[in-house]
Amino acid sequence: MSAADSAREAAAALERCDALGLNATLHWSAELLDAQAAAVDRRAAAGEVLPLAGVPVAIKDNIVTADAPTTCASRILEGYTSPYEATAVTRLRDAGALIAAKTNLDEFAMGSSTEHSAFGRVQHPLDAARVPGGSSGGSAALVAAGAVPAALGSETGGSVRQPASFCGVVGVKPGYGRVSRYGLVAFGSSLDCVSVFGRTVEDAGRVLRAISGPDPLDSTSLAAPPITPGPAPADLRGVRIGLPREYFPADLDPAIRTALDRVAGAVRALGGTVEDVSLPHTRYAVPTYYIIAPAEASANLARFDGVRYGLRRIGPEGDVRSLYRATRGEGFGPEVRRRVLVGTYVLSAGYYDAYYRKAQRVRSLIAHDFAEVFASGVDLLLTPTTPTTAFRAGERTEDPVAMYLADIFVSAVNLAGLPAISIPAGRSAGLPIGAQLIAPAMGDERMIEVAAALERMVSAVAEVR
Amino acid sequence: MTWETVIGLEVHMQLRTRSKMFCGCSTAFGDPPNTNVCPVCLGLPGALPVPNAEAVRLGARAALALGCALHHASVFARKNYFYPDLPKGYQISQFDRPLATGGVVHFESAERGRVAVEIQRLHLEEDAGKSLHDRVPGRTAVDLNRAGVPLAEIVSGPDLRSPAEARAYLVALRQILLYTGASDCSMEEGSLRVDANLSIRRAGDPALGTKTEVKNMNSFANVERALEAERERQVALAEAGKPVRQVTLLFDAAMGAVRPTRSKEGSHDYRYFPDPDLPPLVLTAEWERAQRDALPELPEARRERFVTAHGLSPYHAGVMASERPLADYFEAVVAAGADARAAANWIAGDVMTGYNTSGTLAVQPARLAALIALERDGIVSLQAARRVFGELAGSGESPRMIAERLGLIQVKDADALGGWVDEVLAAHPDELARYRAGETKLLGFFVGQVMKRSAGKADPKGVQPVLKERLG
Repeated sequence: MSAADSAREAAAALERCDALGLNATLHWSAELLDAQAAAVDRRAAAGEVLPLAGVPVAIKDNIVTADAPTTCASRILEGYTSPYEATAVTRLRDAGALIAAKTNLDEFAMGSSTEHSAFGRVQHPLDAARVPGGSSGGSAALVAAGAVPAALGSETGGSVRQPASFCGVVGVKPGYGRVSRYGLVAFGSSLDCVSVFGRTVEDAGRVLRAISGPDPLDSTSLAAPPITPGPAPADLRGVRIGLPREYFPADLDPAIRTALDRVAGAVRALGGTVEDVSLPHTRYAVPTYYIIAPAEASANLARFDGVRYGLRRIGPEGDVRSLYRATRGEGFGPEVRRRVLVGTYVLSAGYYDAYYRKAQRVRSLIAHDFAEVFASGVDLLLTPTTPTTAFRAGERTEDPVAMYLADIFVSAVNLAGLPAISIPAGRSAGLPIGAQLIAPAMGDERMIEVAAALERMVSAVAEVR
Repeated sequence: MTWETVIGLEVHMQLRTRSKMFCGCSTAFGDPPNTNVCPVCLGLPGALPVPNAEAVRLGARAALALGCALHHASVFARKNYFYPDLPKGYQISQFDRPLATGGVVHFESAERGRVAVEIQRLHLEEDAGKSLHDRVPGRTAVDLNRAGVPLAEIVSGPDLRSPAEARAYLVALRQILLYTGASDCSMEEGSLRVDANLSIRRAGDPALGTKTEVKNMNSFANVERALEAERERQVALAEAGKPVRQVTLLFDAAMGAVRPTRSKEGSHDYRYFPDPDLPPLVLTAEWERAQRDALPELPEARRERFVTAHGLSPYHAGVMASERPLADYFEAVVAAGADARAAANWIAGDVMTGYNTSGTLAVQPARLAALIALERDGIVSLQAARRVFGELAGSGESPRMIAERLGLIQVKDADALGGWVDEVLAAHPDELARYRAGETKLLGFFVGQVMKRSAGKADPKGVQPVLKERLG
């Protein structure tokens, strides 16, 4: 199939998604797709080897592209187009992929349901009344709806794995530093990772391979080669999988528990072993995350001041302070304002030690928990990705803490900087359940290979119980 | 009541790199506004900083020259505040883990002799842009060419006791920094900026008084003037029994006065935290050793060596060592065979005059040495030598050839001298009579007349015996 055909198919699929009212895209155009496809077909005809020739990939709208706006789903960046492109996007283009669409998200990636978008919420593809998860809900929904085989999202605290779980697709968060952050609009810089959705583990792995590897433009990118997973192993003999007991609380949704039991059964069936392990500081992950991420965000979002780009509102006093107040007050939505305020507070003189410094200490304890377990010989950890399936829109918007708890099983991984993947593991009442594998640092490849082996054994769509 | 002044200085020095601290943009001074900018220094969404290795090297070099301990792990931090010329809403600086701490600079104080000033810290940071209030009527324009230019901030201890000492310290500090090549140290182009903290206390009181910060001083002379004005202001307050408030003051050079800034001081909370975009800056012992080995001999050591090895006076040694090109030049002239003291005399005189106006040392060291030899050997007079020097820069001729061409070779021949002497005596019968009557101090007059008549060519040492013989 030519890239031109692939572009036409993608455009038709995106058209259908928009017509369904998914609200998963913020910008896309058939013309842009066609133009990219023509260029890819020319390169292919010239004999260039393109590992992702004509593959349409959707991009979360907090990753900058030069040929379409990047808004972060915020009024403050409405109409902003970046003069440069993110490293991950450049690498996708180099590999022959088509940038299919910019996708909707929680404003500045702050949220777990994609309801906090200035441009309206994203609908769950299987149930319009439910959320797709977040913050990369638009990308997750497009992959789940079959519009694209893969999409980029970003994670700060589970923002790809959690919506992947809700939508029944694969979501991979690489180890911190494996994919360049250059061009990913920063939220919590020490946590942020460009991450990937795929219809299958293999699709996600191919995209990850194209975008990963060192980048001189990102000082935190690792000097490690691109993530290059091999094929799914025929069996899992010798593989030790740990089940951290803190991720299986007594009140865990029974369907989710059963789904995870099935995955553990698949591990055993493939010759691997399963054992109980403990990550004692797990319960501190969410509170720690909600200090560190907002603290970094409060500085990262300071550049949106109305001086150089984006929204500009001059307040009644007409001076520079009123410019800041009016621009930021009007430009940021309530969740972003809440986090900027929290972050400013925890960094303030007199509070820094009690919050930010303490959170950093707890963060290293959380990372140490993982390091200990992996040092004991466990190869991977298996957990549920989320404590529930997709919830109803509006159900948690008035209760930030309930919203934050949707990330209870995903945020520790970001604090520790580890690779993790969510794969579909069945459905409950028609809604997808996700199983998460967590790997030690630099274990991205092995994790993806094992996930691919399990993907073949575990039905993504079968009802659990 | 006697008051003691206590001053500490914060010096911002622009590191002499071609590109900015965290991006590849040019640091060129004076380009059209907002032309040396990119996504990184504009603070565009998604852009990330990458440290400039050359800036780190120059900062480390300066730190080592100031005797600081170089920290093998230092941390970039974000200093958060809103200002239109601060694109990211924070400045990347170093806070609790600076590049270097604990150095010392010595200088000669007129009041206290040799003074040691502690260098508390040297840290790396990026500059902000520039707000232009006079460019567009009724509006503030922003030029971000400077945004991201690499700086080292050098903080002294409160070890200075007068505005004059502050100035003398700055001269000594600047000498060292220029020797390292880390910075151009030009206050005019903004590559050296000085902020001062000043407080007063009763003489003998160990506790420090409330300090104020003085900014906007564009020369070392104005630092001294500004601090004098601020000292007077504080003394007047204290004598009137009024408290000194912690404020930031701007120096108005035209008025010679300091005035408070309008901004609310003391309300700043910069919320420093480690910049998560930048891993700790790690330097190895091996790298440090290489930087240390690459340091030039510093002004103080060189000054001492000029006294001990070359026999210069402390004054001349100080002048020769004041700038590295000058000191190198002096040594080259000596190496070419010139007497060190004669070379120092020449360099402190005619050479310096040319250097200060043109900024270049136009006469090759060997040619100056040859000229010094001509004068030493009595082939030309000192006056004649100075005329030859004036011709040396733009010419390929040897000093001797120039002297010959200008007819400046001294005449020693007794017959020729005798001729000039006879003419002079014949032209001045009155003076001759007075001399013969006992007014012998007129000998000098006759020598002068002979020199004049010979157009400077007569060897003064040869003239005297001939004169005395004739006057007999």
